[in-house]
Amino acid sequence: MAYSEKVIDHYQNPKNVGTLDKASKNVGTGLVGAPECGDVMRLQIQVDDATGVITDAKFKTFGCGSAIASSSLATEWLKGKSVDEALKIDNMDIVEELNLPPVKIHCSVLAEDAIKAAINDYRIKNGMEAIKFEESVVH
Amino acid sequence: MLKLPIYLDNNATTPMDPRVLEAMTPFFLQHFGNAASRNHPFGWEAEEAVDYAREQVAKLIGADPKEVIFTSGATEADNLGIKGVFEMYASKGNHIITATTEHKAVLDTCKHIEKIGGEVTYLQVNAEGLIDLKELEAAIKPTTILIAIMYANNEIGTIQPIKEISAIARKNGVLVFTDATQAVGKVPVDVNKDGIDLMAFSAHKMYGPKGVGALYVRRKNPRVKVTAQMDGGGHERGMRSGTLNVPGIVGFGKACELCMLDMEADTKRISKLRDKLENALMLLEEAYVNGSKEHRLPHVTNISFKHVEGEGLLMGFNKNIALSSGSACTSASLEPSYVLKALGLGDDLAHSSLRFGLSRFTTEEEIDYTVKAISETVIKLREMSPLWEMYKEGIDLNTIEWAAH
Repeated sequence: MAYSEKVIDHYQNPKNVGTLDKASKNVGTGLVGAPECGDVMRLQIQVDDATGVITDAKFKTFGCGSAIASSSLATEWLKGKSVDEALKIDNMDIVEELNLPPVKIHCSVLAEDAIKAAINDYRIKNGMEAIKFEESVVH
Repeated sequence: MLKLPIYLDNNATTPMDPRVLEAMTPFFLQHFGNAASRNHPFGWEAEEAVDYAREQVAKLIGADPKEVIFTSGATEADNLGIKGVFEMYASKGNHIITATTEHKAVLDTCKHIEKIGGEVTYLQVNAEGLIDLKELEAAIKPTTILIAIMYANNEIGTIQPIKEISAIARKNGVLVFTDATQAVGKVPVDVNKDGIDLMAFSAHKMYGPKGVGALYVRRKNPRVKVTAQMDGGGHERGMRSGTLNVPGIVGFGKACELCMLDMEADTKRISKLRDKLENALMLLEEAYVNGSKEHRLPHVTNISFKHVEGEGLLMGFNKNIALSSGSACTSASLEPSYVLKALGLGDDLAHSSLRFGLSRFTTEEEIDYTVKAISETVIKLREMSPLWEMYKEGIDLNTIEWAAH
């Protein structure tokens, strides 16, 4: 299968690989996927308490090139967005931006799930209720 | 000079040896006759060429030329061998014994047999990929007609104890079929010394052309018969109808002759390169060789790099190095390799494997380049892997509750 140029670029030069302090109150961590499925994504956001804006985002991903690219792209999109805006990131935006083929759509779903999981982790840490999301159905 | 891309997927197919192509060429244009045309020189030439090739093929496996049935490849030979025995020996029984690590051409044929009233026992393998001979013997019943165990595995290169298997079969009056596609031409295979009754193999895994293979069918002690699976002109002693692929068969013969001539020198050189590759990659942390290192084809190694995913790993260098991931992740299904799972590998390791198949044409320079490229990619991807980070922090990944997926 040929990967799109954008996937290759993210794979070769991934943006925002790294780790934020999980224990910090203004860091939300989302860990999604499972090793037996061949994909595990960890996405972290750092939120400015005063403004509600995501000031930093980091990821680490175990998976194929499309999974790495999806999470790399997600971190780029998250930075500078408010948490509310971040909730609007849809997996199909990722599919479109990276030209993912149908068999790789689950990678974008995983990235969306990781964003939501990170936001919920941040909310719970800060005394807010977790948002209930519809179960993703693709994987 | 190093030429890219490097081809290390020789278990999938080998490049043709130029000497094979040279032998084939006249049979496309000049000597195009049908080997079954008995009444003119065009047919005679073709028949003569096929006879000669049949001798070359037979010689490599220690068989009589009359025992070689040409087919379109190993898949057809697997089908003909197994289904043909099942039909021919129906009055004797309906039970076949095989193993879980067989090629799909054998496994799916066995599944078909089950659908049409046969009974199949699938033997498990141990961590090295070898079947247990005691289990094999215990699985034999009065209705058992065939044991179908591959000579060497296509993913991990593990060589099964064929001699011991056939001794057990013989003792119990059961026939032995082996898919020797990966073994013939690479290691000495002798149908008499190994006690094989039926054997499938293919030209394109041994520097020959695609689209041609053979089924060996024993003629003496015991005389084995298979029911044809294709109706037609009764070619190949009635076992495989269809006009013979003369250029392909000529190439197959030449490839067998060359393998016989070069096997010793090839094996010595290739296994040295394989060992160099393997030893260098094993210097990486958390790298594991899959399958038996002792009972193994000389040109194959299969290595798992824990905490990196196979497809992602391949992407790091697949422009320059042709390799295959043990995991079938490139397909829509996310299932890891059933062969590696059968060895008892956890999903994490089964998803993290690379299969290396070297060839007669592999050079030391290519191996050096490969070692460097793969090592760099593994290290880079581990820096990116949350599993690697957890492992380094001493977290047991089995204690984590992974999201349902």
